[in-house]
Amino acid sequence: MTSLLGHPAGGEGIGYSFSQPTAAPVKQHGFYPYTDNGGSTLGITGSDFAILAGDTRSTSGYNINSRMVPKVFKIGGDDETGEGAHIVLSVVGFAADGNALKERLDAVVKMYKYQHGKPMSVSACAQRLSTILYQKRFFPYYVTAILSGLDEEGKGALYSYDPVGSYEREQCRAAGAAASLIMPFLDNQVNFKNQYIPGSGEGHALEQKKAEPLPQATVEQLVRDAFTSAVERHIEVGDHLQMMIITRDGIQEVFHPLKKD
Amino acid sequence: MGSPFDINGGACVAMVGKDCVAIACDLRLGMQALTISNNFPKVFNYAPSTYLGLTGLATDVNTVSDLLRYKVNMYRLREERNIAPQTLANLVSSSLYEKRFGPFFVSPVLAGINETTGKPFICGFDSIGCIDFAKDFIVSGTASEQLFGTCEGLWEPDMEPEDLFETISQALLAAVDRDALSGWGAQVWIIEKDKVTQRLLKGRQD
Amino acid sequence: MPGFDFSNYNRNAALHARGVPLPKATSTGTTIVGCIYDNGVVIAADTRATSGPIVADKNCEKLHYIAPKIWCAGAGTAADTEFTTALISSNVELHSLSTGRDPRVITCMTMLKQHLFRYQGHIGAYLVVAGVDPTGVGLYTVHAHGSTDKLPYVTMGSGSLAAMSVFESMWKPDLDKAGAVELCAEAIKAGIFNDLGSGSNVDVCVIENDKPTQLMRNYERPNERGQKERNYRFPRGTTAVLNQKIITKEDMKKYVTIETLSGDSNLAGDMDVDS
Repeated sequence: MTSLLGHPAGGEGIGYSFSQPTAAPVKQHGFYPYTDNGGSTLGITGSDFAILAGDTRSTSGYNINSRMVPKVFKIGGDDETGEGAHIVLSVVGFAADGNALKERLDAVVKMYKYQHGKPMSVSACAQRLSTILYQKRFFPYYVTAILSGLDEEGKGALYSYDPVGSYEREQCRAAGAAASLIMPFLDNQVNFKNQYIPGSGEGHALEQKKAEPLPQATVEQLVRDAFTSAVERHIEVGDHLQMMIITRDGIQEVFHPLKKD
Repeated sequence: MGSPFDINGGACVAMVGKDCVAIACDLRLGMQALTISNNFPKVFNYAPSTYLGLTGLATDVNTVSDLLRYKVNMYRLREERNIAPQTLANLVSSSLYEKRFGPFFVSPVLAGINETTGKPFICGFDSIGCIDFAKDFIVSGTASEQLFGTCEGLWEPDMEPEDLFETISQALLAAVDRDALSGWGAQVWIIEKDKVTQRLLKGRQD
Repeated sequence: MPGFDFSNYNRNAALHARGVPLPKATSTGTTIVGCIYDNGVVIAADTRATSGPIVADKNCEKLHYIAPKIWCAGAGTAADTEFTTALISSNVELHSLSTGRDPRVITCMTMLKQHLFRYQGHIGAYLVVAGVDPTGVGLYTVHAHGSTDKLPYVTMGSGSLAAMSVFESMWKPDLDKAGAVELCAEAIKAGIFNDLGSGSNVDVCVIENDKPTQLMRNYERPNERGQKERNYRFPRGTTAVLNQKIITKEDMKKYVTIETLSGDSNLAGDMDVDS
């Protein structure tokens, strides 16, 4: 390269005593098989119900792919209507992997029913989902999944996963793009973290406010408020809120409008 | 090496209430995951009812706070009056933009009440001095995403000082508990027209 | 012209060379547009400022004052658009004072491009300059590297394609004022709803011949936050407090002594002052 400068081009490092970084290695072409499709999901359980919710926006970069791509699925029900299902799965991250994972878990739950003549329990399904995710340990499904249903005692059950199958049963969990916005809000409003009972003592003797299962109406309001707040501050969350409410009477699916900007 | 903003950790938030403002910060100072101190307040006082929070790289927090103390002292000597929050905002902004091509790694948050108008004022800045004027709340630090979530969920307009204290405290504590680099106690200032209340909060020490 | 201080530059460049990423500045991943009509020019902008995927400011101002009849819409690095327009505004005012004439849009555009070109794109300001002057109506775009365009309708920012799609399908020659305002607002809304970097409200500024400039802040607010369903006020005493200190203005007076000096006029003269 012709240089108009007195010294060779590229050698204009700053006068600093640190060792200069070695030249960048030869640029390699690569194929990155994953995309982040944004969006967020949220699950909260109560004494006799569980709610799994997610927004329906699908993004790539600054673009909106679609305003109506649901992230929450009924598992093990009728192919068209989802009738007969009693387990719900939410997936957020890479939408194609999410879809593949949902299809696979759906098939597994159906096969279980045909082979054993009884529906799969939520705890069994949770363990199976973990196995499915770990089987792809070195080429993972790029998703954070939340599985929800009612346990053997009829209580709300919710299991949250990392992309390679580590899982845990919890009271509430947020996942996806706005997880870091929603999760601390939930800690405070569902588990009453850092809340004390006024006048119950001085300084360190003050009594903590105990967390107890919330009524269904309250949880529905909390979920909607959590999402309207997330929509305000996260650009990848919006359009519609999809909510699956699991009770002993079955699964109810409702949609709410969210802001579209 | 990570971003200079994430080396020492820390969080700061300011909120507007009815004829009052509040500013709060955590007390942690760390080096990556190792905590060095649990007594490192990030809020500094520049006039009787004007406070500035600084999060980011601790060395720059000290440098910027001292530089502004010098500039504000010079202003007070020259003008023989206290600096108004709006004036301080422009001073902070131009001081940061002066270093556009070699910035200080700080994200300041300003809260105060204007002595002449009696109106509450808050604003935030990015590291090169772009001012964010907000009517509700300003957040900064490694827990800023968490703070955005809690503040957006908990804040409401026209809170009395006592209610504002509960809301800002709960928003900060909930947020820093979900951030590994912030926490270890917190401090809150409630600024009213002729009174400032400083409180030390009980928070998780892990 | 501006006094940039490079004292931290070496430190930060050394850190950057060792793999430290550059600081995240608030960027106005924006939609801004401009459109001329028979007797003037309209510029418009959205009001969202972002930092990565997070909305830093829901209602920021992207329409900047340069002169009474020259305004500027800014996209790119928020601090750069703010300070560049303020600097040029100041110089335009001085220039008009020294020439005794109204400032011209083309002068302002030239000052902007020369300033930005000098900084080789490092000042990340992408601008739409608009106004009326004695020579007529002016509408220009200025890119961070210093290139400029002169067109009857322009868009910039991350939502520029969405906004331009509106102009390309709906723009027609000989628009009137109402038509131009409506078209610009429509273009901004296309950005607000289809580009994630843009959002919230529409700001419009109309600059017309022989009429004062109208800045219509939040001309449209298509994204109001809905009412929250629950009340999140905490009972007082919910937060655990370990200690408290109250500083009142009354207390502060205790540390100040106010003394009225006696009227001895020779007092100052008698004082031993170092010369």
